Amino acid sequence: MTVNSYKNQPDDRGHFGQYGGRYVAETLMPLILDVEKAWNEAKNDPDFWADFDKLAKDYIGRPSPLYFAEKTTKHLGGAKIYFKREELNHTGAHKINHCIGQVMLAKRMGKTRIIAETGAGQHGVATATVCALFDLPCTVFMGAKDVERQAPNVFRMKLLGAEVVPVTAGSESLKDAMNEAMRDWVTNVHDTYYLIGTVGGPHPFPAMVRDFQSVIGKETKEQMLAVEGRLPDSVIACIGGGSNAMGIFHPFLDDPEVGLIGVEAAGHGVDTDQHAASLNGGRAGILHGMQTYFLQDDDGQIQEAHSISAGLDYPGIGPEHAWLFDQKRVNYVSITDDEALEAFKLCAKLEGIIPALESAHAYAHILKIAGDLPKDHIMVLNLSGRGDKDIYTVADKLGVKI
Amino acid sequence: MSRIKNKFEALKQENRAALITFIMAGDPDTKRSGDILAALPNAGADIIELGMPFTDPAADGLTIQLAGQRALAAGANMKQTLSMVREFRVGDDTTPIILMGYANPIFSYGYAAFAKDAKEAGVDGLIIVDVPPEESSPLEQEMQANGLDLIRLVTPTTDEARLEHALRGAGGFLYYVSITGVTGTAKANLDTLKPHIDMIKSKTDLPIAIGFGIKTPNDAQEMSKLADAVVVGSAIVDKIKDVKESGEGKDDVLALVSSLSNGIGSR
Repeated sequence: MTVNSYKNQPDDRGHFGQYGGRYVAETLMPLILDVEKAWNEAKNDPDFWADFDKLAKDYIGRPSPLYFAEKTTKHLGGAKIYFKREELNHTGAHKINHCIGQVMLAKRMGKTRIIAETGAGQHGVATATVCALFDLPCTVFMGAKDVERQAPNVFRMKLLGAEVVPVTAGSESLKDAMNEAMRDWVTNVHDTYYLIGTVGGPHPFPAMVRDFQSVIGKETKEQMLAVEGRLPDSVIACIGGGSNAMGIFHPFLDDPEVGLIGVEAAGHGVDTDQHAASLNGGRAGILHGMQTYFLQDDDGQIQEAHSISAGLDYPGIGPEHAWLFDQKRVNYVSITDDEALEAFKLCAKLEGIIPALESAHAYAHILKIAGDLPKDHIMVLNLSGRGDKDIYTVADKLGVKI
Repeated sequence: MSRIKNKFEALKQENRAALITFIMAGDPDTKRSGDILAALPNAGADIIELGMPFTDPAADGLTIQLAGQRALAAGANMKQTLSMVREFRVGDDTTPIILMGYANPIFSYGYAAFAKDAKEAGVDGLIIVDVPPEESSPLEQEMQANGLDLIRLVTPTTDEARLEHALRGAGGFLYYVSITGVTGTAKANLDTLKPHIDMIKSKTDLPIAIGFGIKTPNDAQEMSKLADAVVVGSAIVDKIKDVKESGEGKDDVLALVSSLSNGIGSR
């Protein structure tokens, strides 16, 4: 079956094909329905978007530049490579885009407390930042393992006034932080808004976060038309939950000439049990409010993901990606820890940009394919975050003490 | 007539509320879990909820999270949980068994295959925490086709309009989650509970079970005045964790169940 448009998902119950939906405890259902109602009103309210655009411009620093990466292009000798510079946003990553949007929605709903989960800490920092701006108390759940490996971001969140709760349950990483946030939400359902940090969770979160993040793809389209007079031939982004990828892909979904490539984290290899590639190494399942692809064993028990990058270390993926994978509209590939590390180092030396380890996965895939592509092939990398937060992890891997 | 219906009918004759006991299948291992399961009815359990271990129990407090982790570490899985029920049925064909857990292990098993195997094993009903009425129809169809009850959860946040939605396709009894929160934490306030439960009673003839935060015989007694059944989980599970491989400690679990049953008493 072919579809007329890839942009009319989800249906009114939040399904992207068989994926998505609202798999939450009954206690949360009325609130989830409230969030959906409030979001449907807000997204059709020009005043809401005027406020969002103003903060996007003056506070985040949008539009983020589209930068011609001349040295990478020369180094590889093939495709012409551009970076969409989301790492230049306030707080250093794309996460701030949906944090501003969601906190505005929470305020609109009269909620007085924000909770969030975080992996690498980027979403936690962005949430804490916006909560400081909007004067809302903020609690961030973070796997105990991640608290350890992302110490600078933990300190940042605390400086911004957030309470950081280390989660010691389960595997002590992002999925467990999400479980704990769900437990808090179900307990404090009356006054709390759960600011989900990716295009995941129950409907309407996957669609809503995508809509806030779509600013990336919309800008890229305009900027590319202004600079090159045409659309790019390919757009590449890394995927953990998939928010930066969904944000840059969505405006291009109905442009068949634009190839879309999502890069999952292969950890030590997709053929090992140490990776985070839910599409290439998982199967359909239900967790965290949604049906999508998850890493799981034969009994349906969720497996721990592994990636050098805490932001990709999640055993699931946003449901719209699961649907686009089945539809074959996006090509989902994977990159190992070692490949990402090499790419991280090369990008720093070549471009003078230290990328987040997450984004380094997408850059690594460019290093693999761009050299063999013709010089008139235009490729855009979503440089979703900066790598300052990762220097400890990388130094440790390289055996350097700092 | 189903075991669940029979049980509630019989208790009605005795003018007594049911004690529903929750244990986690395979906690701390299959042998001890099976022994405890077999002994529950004699100790005073009227209905048994058997937890299906899951790696990511987002609606459970620490006690039941840890029980699931113990069971999984000891090798528990869905097939083994069904085997436990099959073995239990050899010696007991009247005590209803409800499987309780999360969607993914059942989805992974396949709804149709699961419903068929669960029925054959002697299961009576199913409570799935993260499948609200909005998403339940594929599972519901398979359950109904096999004569199994899909037990719905109703919570303090369920208003009248949602209740009608939840009651469509509801079977067995209604599970009233008495607090907004996870298992094994706070106890509900009786005064706020009563009007909501009265409202629910006016909308359905299904028996109502109250769960979450009920730990002592006294709690059980209070709650039994409001409803047809009382569910105790974390307090029992907390004792199961101390049962030794020799079986030592099992009597403490059963003594708690007896005291809860006595606490409920007759109305």
